[in-house]
Amino acid sequence: MEQLLQHLVNGLVLGGTYALLGIGLTLIFGLMNVVNFAHGEFYTLGAYAAFAALGLAGLDFTLALLGAIAAGALGGALCEVSLLRPLRHESIDTTMLVMIGLWIAMQNGELLVWGGVAKSISHPFPTAPLVLGPVSLAPLRLFVLLVAAALIAASYLLIQRTKLGRAMRATFQDAETSALMGVPIERIHTATFAFGSALAAAAGALLGPIFLAYPSMGDLASLKAFSVVILGGLGNVPGATLGGLLLGVAEELGAGYVSSGYRDAVGFLIIIVVLVLRPAGIFARAERIG
Amino acid sequence: MPKRWTVLVALVVATLMAATVFVEAQAPIKLGVIQPLSGPVAASGNYVRMGAEIARDWLNAKGGINGRKVELVIEDNKSDPKEAASAAEKLIVRDKVPAIMGAWGSSMTLAAMPKLEEYGVPMVVETSSAATITKRGNPWIFRISPPSEMEALGLEPYVDKLGLKRVDFLAVNTDWGRGAIGAFGEMLKKRGVAVGAAEFMEQSATDMNAQLTKIKATGGDTLFLTTAVEQITLIMKQAQEQRLARRIVTTGGSSSPTQLIKQAGTAAEGTYHIVFFMPWFPEAMPDGKLAKAFVDEWAKRGHPFEGLTEGFRGHDGIATLAEAVKLAGQDDPKAVRDALWRVNLMGVNGPIRFEKDGPSGKESGQSRPSIFVVQIRDGKVTLPDFLAKK
Repeated sequence: MEQLLQHLVNGLVLGGTYALLGIGLTLIFGLMNVVNFAHGEFYTLGAYAAFAALGLAGLDFTLALLGAIAAGALGGALCEVSLLRPLRHESIDTTMLVMIGLWIAMQNGELLVWGGVAKSISHPFPTAPLVLGPVSLAPLRLFVLLVAAALIAASYLLIQRTKLGRAMRATFQDAETSALMGVPIERIHTATFAFGSALAAAAGALLGPIFLAYPSMGDLASLKAFSVVILGGLGNVPGATLGGLLLGVAEELGAGYVSSGYRDAVGFLIIIVVLVLRPAGIFARAERIG
Repeated sequence: MPKRWTVLVALVVATLMAATVFVEAQAPIKLGVIQPLSGPVAASGNYVRMGAEIARDWLNAKGGINGRKVELVIEDNKSDPKEAASAAEKLIVRDKVPAIMGAWGSSMTLAAMPKLEEYGVPMVVETSSAATITKRGNPWIFRISPPSEMEALGLEPYVDKLGLKRVDFLAVNTDWGRGAIGAFGEMLKKRGVAVGAAEFMEQSATDMNAQLTKIKATGGDTLFLTTAVEQITLIMKQAQEQRLARRIVTTGGSSSPTQLIKQAGTAAEGTYHIVFFMPWFPEAMPDGKLAKAFVDEWAKRGHPFEGLTEGFRGHDGIATLAEAVKLAGQDDPKAVRDALWRVNLMGVNGPIRFEKDGPSGKESGQSRPSIFVVQIRDGKVTLPDFLAKK
């Protein structure tokens, strides 16, 4: 029982990070229809931006986090304007190939700039864990969970409640009609991609200090992000959030009670079951067809 | 007139041919190197490469091998077994190297091995620990790193001194990790130590809390870790977060205690590490002078100190290959393979000499490397109390 509680806490903390990765991608993949294999690289970019801001520029943790988010947004905007805008009317396969190219280029760029040795990112939180009965949790992890929850809530409100969010949804539902209604669709494309990338960078800056920063860290992040998006349904922010938590807890319990050698297999098994039974994602509402 | 032209042309042709012959005699000896230079274990692979380059430069400073310069052809296996196999093929077919050193991880080495047999080119294995590498009957394999079994035997005399009673394992889910759990588990059981959980993680995994929570429930006193330094760092930090009060012992020699002190901080305090090189006290190595020279050269080149526990492997691997080429007197793969059996060399780790291992008639070579145990205490690498006798 004590073990189960600790496993559940671990799973929720891990799932919160998966959710953060997933919501950025669900906007880009789900709304914009760009199969963004480079999503994990924006995660890496965020981690290294935080490392540079903290270790080299000597900024404090909050400023470093904001700096990383800005770097992610800027990088995302740049990538959208230079790579995706010229390909706006190409097929989804073409943009996918371009994003694979960007993924490889960014990862090797990181290797060139930072080298292959993992970097440890400093943080101001104490290393002694918070202890509540049988459960212990590092203060940094709690902080990350809270910030992730705040970012997820803010994204949801932005998309559902603001004018910009409405313009985003309208653009990706029917670009021509939106343009006729006066929505600046080019700018909306750029803003959405920049927003999704900024969320990935935020995840990198938050998780970097928990783990380590190294050039290939984005690969695992991409894989988990795609899993979460598929679980939650394309473009569905609450779905990605719940999908992330579900994946985190499932992996944790799978490793704890089945076998740690099959930890990732448990996650993928769930995805297969979901795809077979509910191809639009677990949390998709019934859709009217035709 | 035409006559004079002919003479001139003949002269030019003769000069060119003479030059070709001259260049051929002086052509460098190419040695292949396969290491993970990118991907999750890139740091280790790059340190091995740096050590190999020191060996090359030392050899060339002494006039090369039999008057010919040594050249390294270095390939990246991207920490990926598939890439290791294609790197071996490229080195053999395109670069025509007579011998290779590689390929760091056991899974990568195992993937490259069929290519060695197919083309008949020897490979010196500098890091991999999985027992199967020398047991498969591949007569082109010569290993200078200890397999997990040998490492376990190296630890055996200290089992009582460490006070091991009940041990759990956490290892990377590869041939190396699974092999290490088997080898150390068997040795410990024979010594009457109880063996509890055996948990695994993927090579790219970053969150090991599930495994640690499970291990916490077994009530053991010691945790054996087998993986690369990046994951060891993460596990130590996460074990601290989970208040896992265990003695930690790392195996495989790739734990780079200096890097752990830097990156895991207080979480690394008190941990034990099996290493094959002690750059903190090089004079305690079998050849203190050589070890000291290597440490000094490493520092002179500005390489990070924490890389030394990997870097020496590159030096010893290339030194072994060079010695074999010298003994063979030529750079033909088969002659180099036969000469490897006659190598008797002092490396940074200690004496290198190959004994037969594996099914008879198709034996691989296995050297008996020196094995050491160090401890992190007060943020420094020290000899454990039971070893610091003087």
